[in-house]
Amino acid sequence: MSAIARSVAAAAALFLAGAVAYVSSTRAEVSNATPRTEAAVASTPSPQVPSDSKRSAFIPPPLSAMPKDDFGKMVRLGEQIFEDPAHHASAYVGNDLRCSNCHLDAGRLANSAPMWGAYVSYPAYRSKNGHVNTFEERLQGCFRFSMNGKAPPLGDKVLVALESYSYWMSRGARVDPDIAGRGYPKLDKPPMPADYKRGQQVYDENCALCHGAHGTGRQANDGSPGFPALWGPDSFNWGAGMGSFENAAAFIRANMPLGLAGSLSVQDAWDVATFMDSQERPQDPRFTGSVAETRQRFHNSSNSAYGTVVNGHLLGSDSITSGGHPRATETSSRP
Amino acid sequence: MLLRIDRYPAAWMLLGVCLATTAPGIRASDTRASATGAKAIAAQGDAQRGVPPCAGCHGAEGQGNGLAAFPRLAGLPARYLRQQLETLADGQRNSAVMSSIAKALSPDEVSALSAYYSELPVPASSPQRAGSDPAAAAELAEHGRADDRLPACVLCHGRRGVGIGDDFPPLAGQSATYIANQLEAWKAGARPAGPMGLMPRIAAKLSESDIRGVSAYFAAQPATRDVQP
Repeated sequence: MSAIARSVAAAAALFLAGAVAYVSSTRAEVSNATPRTEAAVASTPSPQVPSDSKRSAFIPPPLSAMPKDDFGKMVRLGEQIFEDPAHHASAYVGNDLRCSNCHLDAGRLANSAPMWGAYVSYPAYRSKNGHVNTFEERLQGCFRFSMNGKAPPLGDKVLVALESYSYWMSRGARVDPDIAGRGYPKLDKPPMPADYKRGQQVYDENCALCHGAHGTGRQANDGSPGFPALWGPDSFNWGAGMGSFENAAAFIRANMPLGLAGSLSVQDAWDVATFMDSQERPQDPRFTGSVAETRQRFHNSSNSAYGTVVNGHLLGSDSITSGGHPRATETSSRP
Repeated sequence: MLLRIDRYPAAWMLLGVCLATTAPGIRASDTRASATGAKAIAAQGDAQRGVPPCAGCHGAEGQGNGLAAFPRLAGLPARYLRQQLETLADGQRNSAVMSSIAKALSPDEVSALSAYYSELPVPASSPQRAGSDPAAAAELAEHGRADDRLPACVLCHGRRGVGIGDDFPPLAGQSATYIANQLEAWKAGARPAGPMGLMPRIAAKLSESDIRGVSAYFAAQPATRDVQP
């Protein structure tokens, strides 16, 4: 082949590659602009994952691409905290949960509240606390509620590391709170009202193997975190987002059971979320001293069982104090 | 592969018997379903019933043979071991060597042997072959493959494959050939699906090279339980 023919061929190949890239990026734009339809798709009982994953365009860099410089060290610390906060952020963690329990694949998986989806969505106004939250403040909330611990001070190395990790994996993602794959795919309301008893059956058949018959989770054989506790003293507290039926149902429908994601119907997901979130767990850190008042102020929603009576028990009335058992062994410092 | 037990079962069994203690097999009537009885079968077998000593293939400490397809048994969950022997006996799980041995054991012996091996200390890992692309295998084992909705192996088998409870046996320090054979068996429908039918679904998403890789990855992890982070 002559030199000219070679360059013509090369140019053609480049053009083709460019065209393909253009078409796929255009598709991504179009699908991003399309109103969300995943709930409609999700209501068809099939072993498919909700369709939001299909229009997910962003792929975070592989962990092996993490830089080795000083910034990279902070990113790496963020990843370590993410995978084992009880060890790497012990002062602020009051249970045995890991960030990666709810943000699967080290916070990288689309439709599992990926950190790249969160990073490009803040600062944002949150009705939960009635003001504009920075990303760092949003992270504080995770420690206070989901980790049943206490918020690291702004600027703390734990937050800097998690922010660095999130930023690093988000590079190349569009700054857009509607980025495909953010959060958990919103679910349709169930065909029938969600039901605790049906949920218990779904739980026994699909969840108890890993999370235990009583939701206590399981440690691995070396004592390291295994399967997370879903309720009880070692789980997230009443203030956590996962305590909302809607949120939990969306997470479950999109991601659970591991390896069989999509096998539960929309109805199953709502039922089992209702069952899981109608169990006692550590007190809401915003507890006012009265369950009724705390419900009125922070849980006044059909998505929360807090302050309601389930099986004769007023949920929230027998909660252990929030804050769990933060390990004071490791102190954190400002970088 | 030279070391495939399925291909040369008789040869492997003969080797196993030769490697084991030369003491004569104990008589069936002496076999009690006790720790002593289990230990005797493990070390000496029962020649009259055609039960070779377990130690012949699985090692005197139940450590298995990392280079062959003989799994380590020491420190595995008793219930898991019992289920394997039961399914080997009733034909749900197939093994040219183990099926006939499992059939010859009484239910009490199955329970006693399972308890015996589960209580043996977890041995140091035996020598293993390294995989051809350890970085890719580690990525798959520790992070799964999002595109295939394939969760990380360690999510259910614990950090570094240390195992979680009765239903998610340890993979760390297990024979690489054995792990690979099991994954292939699930892929081919030749091993019972197990809890919630998880493993056939997982194995179906693994290529031959994935299987070789993750098997080598877990075989190379320290088998001891007291691993520090």
